[in-house]
Amino acid sequence: MTTENRPLSPHLQIYRWQWTMAYSILHRATGIALGVGTLLLVWWLVALATGPAAFESAQAVIGSFLGRLFLFGWTFALFYHLANGIRHLVWDTGHGFDLDVAQKTGHAVPIAAGALTLLTWILGYFAI
Amino acid sequence: MAEFALPANSKIGKGTSWPVKSGGKNVRKFNIYRWNPDDGKTPQVDTYEVDLDECGPMVLDALIKIKNEVDQTLTFRRSCREGICGSCAMNIDGTNTLACTKFIDDVKDEVNIYPLPHMKVVKDLVPDLSNAYAQLASVEPWLKSKTPPPPDKERLQSPEDRRKLDGLYECILCFSCATSCPSYWWNSERYLGPAVLLQAYRWLVDSRDEATGERLDNLEDPFRLYRCHTIMNCSKTCPKGLNPAKAIAEIKKMMIARQG
Repeated sequence: MTTENRPLSPHLQIYRWQWTMAYSILHRATGIALGVGTLLLVWWLVALATGPAAFESAQAVIGSFLGRLFLFGWTFALFYHLANGIRHLVWDTGHGFDLDVAQKTGHAVPIAAGALTLLTWILGYFAI
Repeated sequence: MAEFALPANSKIGKGTSWPVKSGGKNVRKFNIYRWNPDDGKTPQVDTYEVDLDECGPMVLDALIKIKNEVDQTLTFRRSCREGICGSCAMNIDGTNTLACTKFIDDVKDEVNIYPLPHMKVVKDLVPDLSNAYAQLASVEPWLKSKTPPPPDKERLQSPEDRRKLDGLYECILCFSCATSCPSYWWNSERYLGPAVLLQAYRWLVDSRDEATGERLDNLEDPFRLYRCHTIMNCSKTCPKGLNPAKAIAEIKKMMIARQG
């Protein structure tokens, strides 16, 4: 019997997506997004320290429609990662592992993140 | 490293159709992963039609019916047909479970059946479990005690201590959970996976076991234990309703606790 060249059984291709699985990979994705977003923040701060001209051009990029759209995305990423991070902290105490609880807390994370993102932007535009 | 696509020799081609002969009324299609080590071809998915009016209620009943009446080359493991041996673990309708305890009627339409995910395939629905068994052996899943047993009776346990093993001793080692875990898919050579870690915890929490420190030393590793990212596929898919994710969290707590 051949033991070489055995195929690998399909995995991602066939596994049915689970809510907890989706929220987990989104945690990883928002973490990476935040890493990239931090580079943007550093660029903005360096521009600020460099002088008025550099700051003006940085502001123009970040303040453009596309820039704001990305900032909106990063705001969501921040709140998602924060809320799901709290979920992970609770898990680290050994709680929240019942399947229905884990799913409900999972659903709560994007809802909370969405609400906090909207609230932040509403405050940003109207309250200041 | 995570490789999301299947290697070239594992890509799935189109297979053969086996229509039902008698023209029954309650016909269901079973799409089953096939790979034969001897014909030199890549895997394929064959479609078998089964008249459910002439078949038992479980997915395993359909598999046995196909093997008996349609295609004797179909290969799968099975033994007890009552969810206690763990042999017929496979991916049915997108999640891992035991073919013998999975109702055909719980699958809405066509029944898709694959081997346990991200494993080397021996033939058809039979995965190679050598690595998983070696990992199980590595946690030494037996009682380790320096104190000699009492001469006239067994080692006793209080009812409270015995209760700590509930939800752990029921594991039948079908490896449905390990092979549902993306973290295990990408790191199965170094991460022990939920099935083995649940077994490890079963001995860590046993009041009669005296090797707790040694067991924790063995697990204190960025990969062996800490590749668990609480994705929860393991607990979701367990055909026995156990919660490996929680067992792993308890091991992580023990690691913190012993640091004082």
